[in-house]
Amino acid sequence: MTSAVAILPSQQLAPLNEAYRKAVARKRLRVALGAAVFVAALVIAAFGAEVNLKTFFTYIGNFASYFDRILKLDDGSRVWTNVGEWFWGWQKWLRLLGETLLISYVGTLIGAVFAFLLNFFAAENTSPATWLRFVVRRLLEFARTVPGIVFALIFVIAFGLGPMAGVLAIAIHSTGALGKQFSEIVENADMKPVEGVHSTGASWVSCMRFAVLPQVVAGYASYALLRFEINVREASVMGFVGAGGIGQELVVAIRKFYYSDVSAILVTIIITVFIIDIATGWLRGRLFGKEART
Amino acid sequence: MNQVPAPDSDQLRARYPQVFERPASARLATPVVALLALAIFIFGLVDLDFSPTRFFNGLHELGWITLLMLPPDPGSSLPLYLKAMGETLSIALLGTTLAALMALPVSLFAARNVVPDIVRFPVRRFLDSIRGVDTLIWALVWINVVGLGPFAGVLAIAVSDFGAFGKLFSEAIEAADRKQVEGIRASGGSAVHEIRFGLLPQVLPVIAGQVLYFIESNTRSATIIGIVGAGGIGLQLAEQIRVLEWQKVSFLILMILVAVAAIDWISGKLRFAIIGRRAVA
Repeated sequence: MTSAVAILPSQQLAPLNEAYRKAVARKRLRVALGAAVFVAALVIAAFGAEVNLKTFFTYIGNFASYFDRILKLDDGSRVWTNVGEWFWGWQKWLRLLGETLLISYVGTLIGAVFAFLLNFFAAENTSPATWLRFVVRRLLEFARTVPGIVFALIFVIAFGLGPMAGVLAIAIHSTGALGKQFSEIVENADMKPVEGVHSTGASWVSCMRFAVLPQVVAGYASYALLRFEINVREASVMGFVGAGGIGQELVVAIRKFYYSDVSAILVTIIITVFIIDIATGWLRGRLFGKEART
Repeated sequence: MNQVPAPDSDQLRARYPQVFERPASARLATPVVALLALAIFIFGLVDLDFSPTRFFNGLHELGWITLLMLPPDPGSSLPLYLKAMGETLSIALLGTTLAALMALPVSLFAARNVVPDIVRFPVRRFLDSIRGVDTLIWALVWINVVGLGPFAGVLAIAVSDFGAFGKLFSEAIEAADRKQVEGIRASGGSAVHEIRFGLLPQVLPVIAGQVLYFIESNTRSATIIGIVGAGGIGLQLAEQIRVLEWQKVSFLILMILVAVAAIDWISGKLRFAIIGRRAVA
């Protein structure tokens, strides 16, 4: 069975159509204005960043051929035809990779401990005093806004070249990032247990230990693992400024055009990042699964 | 008043064995993990040459550096620094835009609901590999290709964000509602029509929000890629640290903090305007 669609008489339809057209035109104007401002910003930025399309198109071939070159051994054969030659320095690289992982592990752990100590003061619902919260929050903000590698540059001068500077840089950056995330978890925690513990005459520390901590500890672990994963990437470039890890080796290989070494080190880093990704993902799944069960 | 009967603990024990007698593996898990973590930590401290003397000497040095940083003072280089800051912001804006433009078509090939798994899997792994390499490394590679300068920075940010955007966009596409797409198909639309009218209107606001967020985080990245010579304020910062001009260093750090805060504020406002307050919070 077919049914006819009722069409409004034209004297009613006309003003409705008119209003619709106006609304659409208004929206289009807004989008067009936004696009114009955006394009203008892009043009200004292109001048600011000295974008030179001529250079780009002259050298874009180099980008492709760069990957061609890093996948070739010195004798011109492809790297995967002679893996032993490609990864000739694997003992050294594995040791440096281990150092990179240790840097990020120790840095994350120190950062997590400081973030743990500070986060209760930064959270809206548990902070004992407003001025304290303000101070701690600004401190954490500073620690996470200054890029880790800038801290590393300064620490290399203060503590000397070597992985110690990298660890401390990562620790400070992690304190800032984790402190914020931890305090957000605390802000989402249920406050009734706190009231319960408080009503028994417990101190602030006992309230945090027995009422807040059991609710938030799984979230803490999850964020700390995620941060560890991010820090592995970060630690892989700390060597660029002399703060330890595999970055030193990589920057030398890139700057001195040891092509096959570049690809070998990059492959090592990428595989490690993959493995860490999968492992922490699995661990986080287990942590959250456990929390959901109990 | 009723007397509460004393609990028959033997019976309770029998009924809830898992509460009273947790298996040794469950009881030992936490201390073992904690001990292991501590052991690796101590091994790390030893292996990475931590020593109390080095630490406290360094802290002493750091205290001096902090004192020397005060008050922040650009000297006579303020115009130079402002120009470098402009360069940094340009790098962030251009790099992010370029990355988003490249990632949008590719992300379709990484979304479960657009292409079959056999296409999706290699595209995903490709994007993952790009993301596994840090922006600074990309900057070094591009410097080899287009030479020193901010343009290398733009391309470095574009490439490394291309990986991140590809993943995020494809996740946004996967989260989109099927019904609109089915509606387009039912009315006789082609595959391209399905994407243009069924998918894009749903995912564009989400994508716009992510791009704005990345402009902010890329301002941070753009401040440091200068350290390897790819333009922007990082170049000045690294130079001033190397020549130990601490007052200039602290001024540059302050500039970075202010710029990041400003971009944060602007992109937050824009995100509210585009996708509404609730979706952001």
